[in-house]
Amino acid sequence: MTDNTLPQADRQKRQLPQVNPVYFVLAALIVAIILQNPAFVEPTGYMNFLKRAAPLAILAAGQVYVIVSGGFDLSVGSVITLVVVGSSMLLNNDPNATWWVIAVMFGIGIGVGLINGLVVCYLKVPSLIATLGMMITLNGVAFMWSGGAPRGYLADSFRFFGRYNFTDLPVIRILPVAVIVLLVLGYALYWLMHRTNLGRMIHAIGDNPRAANLAGVPINRVRIIAFIVSSLSAVAAGIMLGGFAGVSTDVGIGYELQAITAAVLGGALLLGGRGSVPATIAGALTLSAIFTLLNFLGLPQPVRQIVQGLILIAAVAIAVQRRKHTGR
Amino acid sequence: MSDIANPPRFTFRFERWAPALLLGFALLAYVGIAVGTGQTQYLTFDNLISILGRSIALGITAVGQTFAILVSSIDLSVASLISATAVLASVVMNGNPAMIAPAVGAVLALGLVVGLINGVLIARLEINPLIATLGMSLIIQGCLSAFVSNFVGQVPVEFQVFAYGTMGSVPFSLVFLLALAAAAWFVLRFMRFGSDIYSVGGNKDAARVAGIKTSRVIIGAHVVCSLCASIAGLYLASRLRSGAPWIGSDGVYDLESIAVVVIGGTVLAGGRGGIWGTMAGVMIFSLIDSIFNLAGVDAFAKQVLRGIIIVAAVAFYTVRSKRLAA
Amino acid sequence: MKKILALALAAGLALTGGTFAQAPNFDDPAEFARQKEFLTATPMGPEGMPWEQYLVETMKDTAAFKKNGPYTVCFSNAGVNNPWRVVGWTNMQEEVKLHPEIGELIHVDAEGSDDKQIADIDDLLAGGKCSVLIVSPNTTAALTPAVEKACAVLPVIIFDRGVNTDCPVTFIHPVGGYGFGIQGAQFIADNVKAGGNVLMLRILPGVDVLETRYSGGKHVLEDAGLNIVGAEFTDGDNAKTKSIVEDYLARGKIDAIWMDAGATAVAAVEAFEDGGYDMPVFVGEDQQDFLQKWKELGLTAIAPAYPSYQWRTPIIAAVRTLKGEAVPSPEWILPQPAITQATLDSFINTDMPPLHYALCGCEGMANYPAAWGGK
Repeated sequence: MTDNTLPQADRQKRQLPQVNPVYFVLAALIVAIILQNPAFVEPTGYMNFLKRAAPLAILAAGQVYVIVSGGFDLSVGSVITLVVVGSSMLLNNDPNATWWVIAVMFGIGIGVGLINGLVVCYLKVPSLIATLGMMITLNGVAFMWSGGAPRGYLADSFRFFGRYNFTDLPVIRILPVAVIVLLVLGYALYWLMHRTNLGRMIHAIGDNPRAANLAGVPINRVRIIAFIVSSLSAVAAGIMLGGFAGVSTDVGIGYELQAITAAVLGGALLLGGRGSVPATIAGALTLSAIFTLLNFLGLPQPVRQIVQGLILIAAVAIAVQRRKHTGR
Repeated sequence: MSDIANPPRFTFRFERWAPALLLGFALLAYVGIAVGTGQTQYLTFDNLISILGRSIALGITAVGQTFAILVSSIDLSVASLISATAVLASVVMNGNPAMIAPAVGAVLALGLVVGLINGVLIARLEINPLIATLGMSLIIQGCLSAFVSNFVGQVPVEFQVFAYGTMGSVPFSLVFLLALAAAAWFVLRFMRFGSDIYSVGGNKDAARVAGIKTSRVIIGAHVVCSLCASIAGLYLASRLRSGAPWIGSDGVYDLESIAVVVIGGTVLAGGRGGIWGTMAGVMIFSLIDSIFNLAGVDAFAKQVLRGIIIVAAVAFYTVRSKRLAA
Repeated sequence: MKKILALALAAGLALTGGTFAQAPNFDDPAEFARQKEFLTATPMGPEGMPWEQYLVETMKDTAAFKKNGPYTVCFSNAGVNNPWRVVGWTNMQEEVKLHPEIGELIHVDAEGSDDKQIADIDDLLAGGKCSVLIVSPNTTAALTPAVEKACAVLPVIIFDRGVNTDCPVTFIHPVGGYGFGIQGAQFIADNVKAGGNVLMLRILPGVDVLETRYSGGKHVLEDAGLNIVGAEFTDGDNAKTKSIVEDYLARGKIDAIWMDAGATAVAAVEAFEDGGYDMPVFVGEDQQDFLQKWKELGLTAIAPAYPSYQWRTPIIAAVRTLKGEAVPSPEWILPQPAITQATLDSFINTDMPPLHYALCGCEGMANYPAAWGGK
């Protein structure tokens, strides 16, 4: 990106003092799931779990870029819907179109992220409102484009990423493509956030924009890039969800809040400055594990909502207390 | 965030008049489209009243949301609270006029409790308001859907006066909304609680140094917000004759109330704005709806336009700001 | 800890759950029997045009509403928020083109909100242009006062969901939810041995038409001695549906899938397909993607329908009313056929979109298939 480097102090601050508690919570939940349903230790059990959680994990890993930079991206759910509906329109069950359609979708993702970023940085509209407006608009665009319902099928080659499993492998027996995609994109997002100057600049902006500005961080450019990363991850999640489950009109509903929840469970600080990609992915897996566990327990939807609400509040309350103790 | 430490003092007259200006645009657009499409029969006093009466529930909710946003907080739980209170009112009344008073009492008590919890989570436990009220919203909705899955109970005819009664040609509910807004304006303008809200919303640390009990102010603002949402729930129960667990979320009162507050010029970061701007925002929303109906815009194009209008209206205020948007 | 918490919550809910006895009744044996009879009754009216047919022959004299054209037909729509309503709304617009007497169709869309639909109806009445008002209510109870208010001014026609008043000229709807539930469940009962495992997939609780489908289906399955392994809500979400079915398959054999709406049928089929399981007996709906999957995999299946051709009928009823011709009333009950193996081929059309509803009754209309998104 640029060759700006930040003061040493910022770099030291970013080192976490101890292991993020989300990993323990995730481990405990997985143990609970195994106790409930021993079949979970079979490859098909945990691989299916990872396959289903992959879109949310990737989405949340992108969302955390915007959160760390001090904003929100509420438009990601509508990007997912737009990707599924738009791809079905463009593909029309033609496998040869797969690659250019995917390219077009990522192009749309860049466009959406760019507009979000420009509106926030130059029109100074708070990201909550800017991306809320984008969410409403994109849902409308998806419907206008399709006339209310998708008009084509998703070709199998497009659905490969979300649906296909490699089978007859040694040891793990099956390996869903979605899990490979999660590993690759998860690592790429981790690398970009925690091993590059861009990641340092995103943290710096969220932590203290004024100081970052004085340190020569190109604030607007970095924030726009954060929004673009988030939108691109939403496109990836959309391609995987469309692949997993096929065409429908309301695929993306609710994913924006789930992604933010996952980031928060992973210890990301709303309004910026702190957040980690691996912990966010763990947060997404935790959220999925909670749903899976409640499912196995046979609890009805309302109870799941209540538990989700309680966990959300508890996670943040605990994080706040921890920060007070460690002085951060 | 440290950059809020010294909010630049805006003395622009622009800020005060911007909501009126936006409302003027909306009115002009409405008249223009009515004349342009030859539907001048819609340009009557009665129809104006009917437009204003479109968004009573949104208006009542937005009055409360203004308090939350002014104090630099936000409330995402209003939609579920509206559903919960509408159901509660309808179940307690159950068609019996004698139960109106207990039902109203129960509803306001529920609003009070939810507001207190929201306020304590945010002010004392220092949980981000977005997360605290989102969590609260999930909990309320979950508890509600556990018990009811459809319209339950019934509101007696006497209580339907709230939504359907008129004073001359003006609906009672519209008068109520204006009175509520006037009361809110009075509190914000002339009472200690009101000025504290602006101080805390503008700069919490400075307010604390100045001896204001910031936690109490934040909790107070959330109580007002939840009470208003409860009243909106009562209104909807009266209008729909019953309560169902989805009416709040179907009306998207959480996001719409936030949108009208910021369109009315109240700053999301808190400390600046006011009730009359919010009322202008509500009227703008009603006008937009009516314009779409008049022009026959299809449902999907409506969404696209609405999203763009929200952002554009907010940008109208913020574009001149020197600060970084959150 | 969380487990204990969740269990405590569940226990609390179970204890208090029984206190709301005044909830609407979705288990009405008389209505169940009535609809069961309708399924096999022979409809009256023109052959091959089910949108003009009716199952009960009580007519209403509409001479009082007679007036000269051109007519302005006003339509307050609950929303076009799902593909079924999109197909239906297209049907209605195309039907209007068949009636030169109609000068204008004014359409307002409430986007799924009761509050907004009440305001929309007020707006239409305030405009004073409407010759007749068609309402597709978002919910039954909430829209009743607004409809009563409209009835005092002009003829009102209701379709799809009803209202709690008989002031409208007529209420148009197909046989109904019990009928839908019975058709699917009876097919399962005929094709699965007693004791077989049936998974019931539902969209969401609380919606009248869906609750009666479930209630109707459950009765038939239980009476046939089938074992209902679960009844799960899918929110109409494909991904969730596929996950739920996968989880059930991991735990045991499924002999049949019953659904209260077919939007997620293909996702459920894919769960069996991707996991390499034997295909069960399937109940879907009349969407093209399911019908085509059914044929491709040679499923043992049935597709009950809530026919979208019912969107043509309100326009026909409106024109008849304004001309002073009699219409079936207080209810205009349309036939509700299911698609079976025998009729499957006649409903499959690979040029139509995946979520197109085959029982649209639109094949003969002028702009078919383009207006419905076909090629």
